Amino acid sequence: MSFFTAENLSIQFGGVKAVTNVSFEVERGEVFTIIGPNGAGKTTIFNLISLIYPPTSGRILFEGQEITGLAPHRVANLGIARTFQNIELFEHATVLQNLLIGRHTHRTTALWQELLFLPPVRRAEIAHREAAEKVIDFLDLQHYRDSFVAGLPYGVRKVVELARALTTGPKLQLLDEPSSGLNPEESDDMAFWIEDLKKDLGITVLMVEHDMSLVSRVSDRVLALNQGEMLALGTSREVQSDPRVIEAYLGKQE
Amino acid sequence: MAQFLQLALSGIAIGCVYALVALGFVLIYKATETVNFAQGDVMMLGGFFAYTATALMGWPYWAGIVFALAVMAIFGMAAERIVLRPVLGQAQFTVVMVTIGVGYVMRGVVTMTPGWGTDTYKIATPFAEKVVNIGGAAISLEQLMIIVMTAALCAVLFAFFRFTRIGIAMQATSQNQLAAYYMGIPVARVNTLIWGISAAVATFAGILLAPITFVHANMGFIGLKAFPAAVVGGFGSIPGAIVGGLIIGLVESFSGFYLPEGFKDIAAYIVVLLVLMFKPSGLFGEKLRKKV
Amino acid sequence: MRFYFKTDYAQDVRLFQDGVQVFWYVALAAALLALPVLLPEYLIGQMVFILIYCIIGAGMMLLIGYTGQISLGHAAFLAVGAYTEALLQARGVPFAVSLSAAALLSGVAGFIIGMPALRLKGIYLAIATMAFGFIVEEVITRWEHVTGGNSGKQLKQIDFFGIAIDNDARFYYLCLGLVAVIFLGMINLMRSPTGRAFVAIRDSEISAQSMGIHLARYKTISFAISAALTGVAGALYAHKVQFISPEQFNLLVSIEMATLVFIGGLGSFHGAVFGAAFIIALPQVIVFMKDYLPTAIAQQTGLQPTIFGLILIAFLIFEPLGIYGRWVKIRTYFSLFPFYRGGMFRRQKAYMKSDRLK
Repeated sequence: MSFFTAENLSIQFGGVKAVTNVSFEVERGEVFTIIGPNGAGKTTIFNLISLIYPPTSGRILFEGQEITGLAPHRVANLGIARTFQNIELFEHATVLQNLLIGRHTHRTTALWQELLFLPPVRRAEIAHREAAEKVIDFLDLQHYRDSFVAGLPYGVRKVVELARALTTGPKLQLLDEPSSGLNPEESDDMAFWIEDLKKDLGITVLMVEHDMSLVSRVSDRVLALNQGEMLALGTSREVQSDPRVIEAYLGKQE
Repeated sequence: MAQFLQLALSGIAIGCVYALVALGFVLIYKATETVNFAQGDVMMLGGFFAYTATALMGWPYWAGIVFALAVMAIFGMAAERIVLRPVLGQAQFTVVMVTIGVGYVMRGVVTMTPGWGTDTYKIATPFAEKVVNIGGAAISLEQLMIIVMTAALCAVLFAFFRFTRIGIAMQATSQNQLAAYYMGIPVARVNTLIWGISAAVATFAGILLAPITFVHANMGFIGLKAFPAAVVGGFGSIPGAIVGGLIIGLVESFSGFYLPEGFKDIAAYIVVLLVLMFKPSGLFGEKLRKKV
Repeated sequence: MRFYFKTDYAQDVRLFQDGVQVFWYVALAAALLALPVLLPEYLIGQMVFILIYCIIGAGMMLLIGYTGQISLGHAAFLAVGAYTEALLQARGVPFAVSLSAAALLSGVAGFIIGMPALRLKGIYLAIATMAFGFIVEEVITRWEHVTGGNSGKQLKQIDFFGIAIDNDARFYYLCLGLVAVIFLGMINLMRSPTGRAFVAIRDSEISAQSMGIHLARYKTISFAISAALTGVAGALYAHKVQFISPEQFNLLVSIEMATLVFIGGLGSFHGAVFGAAFIIALPQVIVFMKDYLPTAIAQQTGLQPTIFGLILIAFLIFEPLGIYGRWVKIRTYFSLFPFYRGGMFRRQKAYMKSDRLK
């Protein structure tokens, strides 16, 4: 039984086949990257995994349990966290509040206790705070702790989003283009963090990425997609030298 | 049978008015994503201008209509320019609250205007109290004229959006503002113009409604029924607004006759709740979802 | 200017940040308690209205300001609370029980209407709640043998555990106590997971969902709590005016309740208090002003809606953060003097952000 399995995933929007018969497995503790030209269906696969779209056919299994058909808010409880391509933070809250929202799945208190702010709520709040602070330390966000997200620069927001995902305590972290919009330096930091996620926190990473230097640096295995179909699956080097992948990106060689 | 026909026709007639007010909502919604809660009050003010032209200044009926349409188109454009453009880009409901504020001011000012006030007025029409006999049913010419004039206006609007340059620019703007802007369409000016057209359409509705309900400061509340009409048709769809208006008009007309007293006034709202519960995108609405 | 040096996480979950804040709130409490001695009877009556509207404001703030869901039908819950109170009091039910029943019944009504309605977004939700408001108003009008229809219902004075609430000062203390309890509860809620879930839904539904927040459940909870609070306010309102009839619960009341939070300042309970004070004070100020205006204008009935509308528009254009936002700016100006910059609170406008998809 593998850690994460996508089995013959397909989805159509109207008549458009966005993803067709995609199958892959992710092993515990690896960094698995999906690459492909624009419109290849990469983000759609993420949306299928986070159950925002129901697949037209196929199944998704996580730790041996089928998750297709569950309500979308259940994925977080299972231990799958995600970031978004175009950053979806809680804009009118501080960085710390954003991270505390990430602790939602660890909620232990009932509504009536919260209305009275009883000692269990106080204790739980401090525990949530400690968990959030660990992530803040891990990603060097101390400086921004009390800043409102709406005013932060793009690069920082990207990190905050990763931080928020990590506070949920995921087993599988989905990263949707973690380096898009970052400058080379920030992109470099991101690569370090992805490596640390795997090594220090033992989190399995499934990501979509365009920056091939980042991809080859951190990925254990790479899946290349084109127009919703699988092209090649293997190590970064194997995939990059696959003639079909080169064709999809650069066109046919005459 | 004659009874049924009569109810259907009066339902369609009032439905036409709802349809026109709903059309005004939809035009503005498509262009600016704002819902104008003052649309009913725009209709009311238009009615007052038509009354002023015909009764106080003694102009003929048709001249009065043209006068009211022109004044209200300018009013709509001015309202957009002065109050709405500053809040463009704020959260959707902030903008809606602004239009609610505009509605308050309009009702207040109308009641304070000398010669208007809180009284009820009548607009004299050339087809008052004439009756046509169709299939044994006595149909008032006024109701028939509402239907005819609504159809004519719809045809004019259709031609405008389909064939004129500015009409096509408006369609493009409502599809994608940014793309339209890049193509050199003056989006801000187009939006101002849309408010003008929408105000004129509402005024037309007010003039058509005047023989049935008369003109008074709280006439705008009738315009609230246009919300159910717009939702039933699918908010954001122009044919939907027309069909939705007719449906609400018919439902109201029949429920007033066949159902116990009290249902007539809330029939539209029961229908809209049912539609929202079972088919929230309405009859012609498109289903959109956010891309992440 | 003050600096906070924190040494313990517990400091951040405290109700008050420091001793200075405690001092000001104690001073405020003392002033509020002393008010009936200082003010004439008429103004105490107005204070009661403000307190009742504070309760409404707390509910609306929770729903609109924190959860980001609009309602234009909350007068219906006010009506449910008011009529429940009137009917139960007429049957001799003690006040504590009937008030709880008013809260519970409106809360349940909010829960039931909330479940289907909250699948809807933005303008659809506004229209659905508006439709609900119209239907409830019509039901009250037509259900004559229970509600008295258009001839309305009379209420007797409250008997609060043997104390007759027979003057405005006593009514004032009763409302003050309730307001204090309710606001404390709401502030507690907002610093707990449930409150944060509300804020998450307001800012991004899609990522709230991916954080494990059950959207429908939390929206319904927010709607039900705000309905219950409105119900409590309705019960108190019914006693204050002693006579209730359907037109006291029409669309304009619902709209007034929603504008309260916009004028007060979205996203803070302070804003709810400011908004409540504004809604009650404005008509009084206008009446007062009339003495100084030419009679031709002063006698107009349209004066009040015109001024109300103009102020609402002015706030939304010039001070979208409401009265509370203005207050924060003034406070910051003085605490940073002379280093305050004009653009400090300017927010970026998102011109191309579409609310159709949220």
